[in-house]
Amino acid sequence: MSDPLIDAAVAERVIARALESGGDFAEVYAERRQGLGMSIDESRVESVQSGAEEGAGVRVVEAGTTYFAHVDGLDPADLERAAAEAASALRGERSEPRALEAVATEPQPIERPPSEVPAERKADLLRELDGRARGEGGEVAQVLASYAEAHREIAVANSEGLFTGDDRTRTRIGVQAVARRGDTVETGAETLGAARGFELLEDDPGAIAAEAAAKALALLDAKPAPAGSMPVVVGGGFGGVLFHEMTGHGLEADHIQKGASVYVGKLGEQVARPLLSAYDDGRMPGEWGSDAIDDEGTPTQKTLVLEEGRLASYLYDRLRAERDGVASTGNGRRESFRHLPIPRMTNTYIAPGEATPEAIIAEVERGFYAASFGGGQVDPATGDFVFGVSEGYLIEAGRVTQPCRGATLIGNCLDALAAIDAVGDDFEMKTGICGKGGQRAPVGTGQGHVRVSAMTVGGTEV
Amino acid sequence: MTESVQRAVEAALAAGASDAEAFATEAGEREVRVHGGEVESLTAATQRGIGLRAWIGNRVGFAFGTDLGEAGIAALAGRAAEAARAGDEDEHAGPPTPAGEVPELGGLRDASIDTWSAAQVAEIALTVEREALAFDGRVAGVEQAVYADAAERVSIATSTGIAGGYESSSCYAYTQALAKGEDGTETGLGFDLARGPATLDPAAVGREAAERAVAMIGAGKPESRVCPVVLDPTVAASFVGLIGGGLGADSIQRGRSPFAGRLGEQVGSGALSLDDDGTVADGPASAPFDGEGVARARTPLIAAGTLSSYLYDTYTARRGGARSTGSAGREGYRGLPRVSTSNLVIAPGDLGLDGLLAEAGDGVFVTDVAGLHSGVNPVTGVFSVGASGRAIRAGELAEPVREFTIASDLVSMLGAVRAAGADSRWVPFGGSVSTPPLPIGEMTVAGA
Repeated sequence: MSDPLIDAAVAERVIARALESGGDFAEVYAERRQGLGMSIDESRVESVQSGAEEGAGVRVVEAGTTYFAHVDGLDPADLERAAAEAASALRGERSEPRALEAVATEPQPIERPPSEVPAERKADLLRELDGRARGEGGEVAQVLASYAEAHREIAVANSEGLFTGDDRTRTRIGVQAVARRGDTVETGAETLGAARGFELLEDDPGAIAAEAAAKALALLDAKPAPAGSMPVVVGGGFGGVLFHEMTGHGLEADHIQKGASVYVGKLGEQVARPLLSAYDDGRMPGEWGSDAIDDEGTPTQKTLVLEEGRLASYLYDRLRAERDGVASTGNGRRESFRHLPIPRMTNTYIAPGEATPEAIIAEVERGFYAASFGGGQVDPATGDFVFGVSEGYLIEAGRVTQPCRGATLIGNCLDALAAIDAVGDDFEMKTGICGKGGQRAPVGTGQGHVRVSAMTVGGTEV
Repeated sequence: MTESVQRAVEAALAAGASDAEAFATEAGEREVRVHGGEVESLTAATQRGIGLRAWIGNRVGFAFGTDLGEAGIAALAGRAAEAARAGDEDEHAGPPTPAGEVPELGGLRDASIDTWSAAQVAEIALTVEREALAFDGRVAGVEQAVYADAAERVSIATSTGIAGGYESSSCYAYTQALAKGEDGTETGLGFDLARGPATLDPAAVGREAAERAVAMIGAGKPESRVCPVVLDPTVAASFVGLIGGGLGADSIQRGRSPFAGRLGEQVGSGALSLDDDGTVADGPASAPFDGEGVARARTPLIAAGTLSSYLYDTYTARRGGARSTGSAGREGYRGLPRVSTSNLVIAPGDLGLDGLLAEAGDGVFVTDVAGLHSGVNPVTGVFSVGASGRAIRAGELAEPVREFTIASDLVSMLGAVRAAGADSRWVPFGGSVSTPPLPIGEMTVAGA
């Protein structure tokens, strides 16, 4: 770490204070966050907003119970106040922490820190996105584009002597285009984001504006989506949210340990066909869900979760790993110093297969092509999931034909996972914001084209 | 904080702003999560910060920060002014101005928030779990039972003479019960909300979760068809929230709502009346003023099916030649104010649930929906969302059903509302909504 947010001496004092009335483990998590966001709407740059916050969270774990307090501010007095508050419900004898030992990390390299780029350049970028989307055709009636940058410095120190930190920069743009023809209105959206600086936006960022507009325009010819069970081909990139919802959440160890996942007791079992392998990888260079360490100071790693269809690993934070007697997989993430870490995905993807996307579609007599999703949701306990399709088409006689609006895919994890019968050799990663337990986290999702042999498409045409 | 907001406004003016508005919150929060009869986590927190809007002529910028020292506020003001310079001119931009008296609302802050100890509120969460387990032998556990509360002080000041503050408190408890059937696990949600722990009913929360989970055991897919659908209040609230969003003047003025250009028209059946009421006594979102210091009020949105008003903040009111309805919402000090609903209230009707089911005859009673954030197009109102619930046969609840979607569009759905049920409850989904069950004449159900 170059310039730690807190002194080792202060951190040691705060940890000692947190353990004054007992506890098996104590930790201080300090954070400084700065961000800038702006958007363009009706071709006018607006909602320019800038944020700066710093604060710390202190937790003490005693016999399975976590006592947590957080404060705004990083003054030693603020930190000690948080430690005293976290310890206030404990009544035991003082425990002794280990002396801190600093561990260096290698944050994702940033070429152009966004904060060093003038705001005017960012406003110009939004104007460029607006122009590119409108340039796709006169039926593009509205363009809404946004820019966001975030810089987070974190420091973690705990009673086991770990003292480490990370320096995280994320940059993201998004475009939503609205196309209109008479009374028909359709929308198309696209995003570009990474754990990178402004260099992300040096190489034709306007391409996503054109893509968003093209999606909205294509949907002007859409008919209502079909309703019923049929083969479904899911597109690459954000299609990876399929695996994120269907499997990723169910592998998070908090769900597993509470019996609230359909994957409980299935480790080592064949849950999918051998053509399916998948990873959670928090180390992919520059990817949206990548960090040097998780929010407990554990180095991020590449975890094989599905090995040729066999369930290979759950995803752990420190607390749940200890309970299962295994090592953390570096998935203990938190939205900010105001939140407790919980097991979360980083970048989750289905590894590329051998079929071409064309061949995957050509084998379908009548089915549905979900080229892209708006998002998805799962109840890990029941395994029931749902995906909103943002760009969908019919597949007829092996060809992608009629665009469809208003489709949702619905199913159950274990059935749908076992029904994946083709994985494409194309591959792309996309960005998402995942919500869990009231906390938002940047996650990457990826895959090539994937086919599910039968899934319920929830449209209106029965 | 009253002093901090004044200082922030002055700092913004010193940094070159022609007008400024500072909004601050200071909150104490706690949360208890329990599982298996043990406290899993106990959180205590304090939060405070300021959000500052600075206008330079017709341009506006926003900054927020947690450093309320002199240097911190000066830096905040500098960032807000810099943000204003980065944006484009907008002829309708400008600060809120004082307009009339803000209402006196009593009882926004419940004293039990302060007097109930951590151990006492932990007992609430433990009771929730215990009651869920005791309800039925098939309840195998809960994912977690949670109690949380917050006491907040809000302060606002503007260069145009608005100055005010108020205190409020809120708490809630919820749990997700897990029921084991032969084919797997079913889940059910129970919740309650109040201004303080003394008036929560933890036993009812546990029972509701257990009852919902157990009712789903053995669920199968319904057949795909077009049929009557009855939405229970938790589901109805989510849709009412979407409708409320579509009635915000920002989405109307920007042509991104299915209700744009329809003021005065029949947009729903005569059985449907919807108010936004930021002053109703037991409303979770009630407050004397909105996120811009403008008085909260009751605004009839849909009266017996006729669209009677949109919701306005200061900007959209100027742009639309209307008055602010006190509908500027904020997500604390970190967010820009935006047009949003306060408490949405559906006027209840005469029929209890049994009567509504009898009228539906054959159809589906939907008790849960999923995928609202991705399955609804807010611009067109077209939606298709995941659902679960019970079949309705011969006017009575029959077997549980799951893994299906319900699809329609918001305007068609409003037109197909057959009646409003008699029994309303407050639901924290879709904002803050009070609604009875709503029977819908027909919707597309896609299942097997």
